[in-house]
Amino acid sequence: MSNYALPVLSLRFLPVWRRNFLVWRKLAIPSVLGNLADPMIYMLGLGYGLGSLLPSVAGVSYVAFLAAGTVCFSTTNSATFETLYSGFSRMHVQRTWDAIMNAPVALDDVVLAELLWATAKAFLSGLAILVVVWAMGLSHSPLSLWALAVVVLVGLCFSSLGLVITALAPSYDFFMYYFTLVITPMSMLCGVFFPIGQLPPGLHELALVLPLSHATLLARPLLLGQVPEDILLHIVVLLAYAVAGFYAAVVLLRRRLLK
Amino acid sequence: MALNGAAAHPAGRPAGPVLEMSDVHKAYGEREVVRGVSFSIAPGECYGLLGPNGAGKTTSLRLALGLTEPASGRIRLLGHDVLTDARRARRGVGVVPQMDNLDPDFTVSENLLVYGRYFGESDAAIAGRIPQLLDFAGLAGRGNTRIQELSGGMKRRLTMARALVNDPQVIFMDEPTTGLDPQARHLIWERLKTLVAQGRTLLLTTHFMDEAERLCTRLAIMDEGRIIAEGSPRELIARHIEPDVIEAFGDGAADWARAVASRASRVEVAGETVFCYTADARPLLADLDQSRDFRYLHRPANLEDVFLKLTGRDLRD
Repeated sequence: MSNYALPVLSLRFLPVWRRNFLVWRKLAIPSVLGNLADPMIYMLGLGYGLGSLLPSVAGVSYVAFLAAGTVCFSTTNSATFETLYSGFSRMHVQRTWDAIMNAPVALDDVVLAELLWATAKAFLSGLAILVVVWAMGLSHSPLSLWALAVVVLVGLCFSSLGLVITALAPSYDFFMYYFTLVITPMSMLCGVFFPIGQLPPGLHELALVLPLSHATLLARPLLLGQVPEDILLHIVVLLAYAVAGFYAAVVLLRRRLLK
Repeated sequence: MALNGAAAHPAGRPAGPVLEMSDVHKAYGEREVVRGVSFSIAPGECYGLLGPNGAGKTTSLRLALGLTEPASGRIRLLGHDVLTDARRARRGVGVVPQMDNLDPDFTVSENLLVYGRYFGESDAAIAGRIPQLLDFAGLAGRGNTRIQELSGGMKRRLTMARALVNDPQVIFMDEPTTGLDPQARHLIWERLKTLVAQGRTLLLTTHFMDEAERLCTRLAIMDEGRIIAEGSPRELIARHIEPDVIEAFGDGAADWARAVASRASRVEVAGETVFCYTADARPLLADLDQSRDFRYLHRPANLEDVFLKLTGRDLRD
């Protein structure tokens, strides 16, 4: 089988997914609190603190504007942390993947399980923020329920990209590059904290190539009770990153582990 | 599954060999690490792969399991072509890896349960086996213990139990006793003998010659990616080496060896020690009876002598 063969998807991923779930269940409370606390501090601190200095952003209060950005960025971070640090631990440090692949489970199954597991965790992060947003009355349109679908797409997209980085990583230190050069710039360029329209020309176009922009362009109108523009385009971009990232991760991991 | 009883697998054995490798080659870039390896293991054998570090033992195991692809050659495991059907072949295989990779986040029992699920087994079926597996591993009553609380020997035994969770016909073990103290090693050896007595097939790699001599019905000595000798431990000793060895060490041993060299069939010097290999040790022993300043030891030749003769005494790093 060539390393470039298309990934084989099967339900064999399920016991591997369940393994990760069982570990998570043991640490669920600190995990959920950790997922929730950090983004909440940002959203409420910046939203009310900085927001009190601002008249309104894109026609709404700053904290209501920030809610969608926080949902998207929190989901991004959760997917990224899971596939980078936890994924690398399982693959390289604990050799959990090696043990699994001695059973009748293939590498493709393991990678699919990691993708769907990280997506599930990311979904939980996004959901937790949404629940707070709803509870605080920052969003009260039924359309905002569609934000859950956006959260799933963001989870798939950034889990795939994270697996690519993990496949390339020699050690944990390597992940710093990804955060510094990719994730942090995206948080500034992609409409998390301020509208993409505020960016100077050039950066504006760059932002539209990045997946997180398409996430905020979908989630923000939904939370504010509006139907987003160019829905199909945004979905296609997010899915394209997810599919291409997953394929690249599978190829790179085959080269790394099946040699 | 009758883990602690006899003959778990008298029936249901494959008719042909359990594992068959024919002219298998594997290279990493320019470096060929497996260079035309062929061997065949019959059901019920305990087959050993011996060799210095870097001889290609672990790579051969990975090839046999279908975890890496050979450049050329044919590999059949439990009747399946490993190139196309490795996953199915692995259903009937248990693997004890060189490095412990138990799940540190789980208890002893959870490790077995989660691993059994990878074979598509139901939780109820696995749970029914866990007491027997724990018993076999000498971990009865420790199902709820966390992995961090286990000793090295206990972890290795749990890894063995984990390899049995699918009731495999063949068990692959990569250096099963490396890093264990003598008590722990002997316990592992007892368990391996039990598995063979049950009719299971074992393939193990080791660089402990006493381990191989004790356990293996047949073994292959590998060096630089090739099998350079194959047979039962007794056959290999009879074929490759003189039956008697005198080891002499200390001041004067080297001079003595030079003086008696014509009476031994072969003399090897390693640092301070000389090894005289001979079919008849009596003339040499008679000579040694005259008081000597150095110490000496007379013993029958063993597998380690064969191994060192065939692979040399140079360090392999």
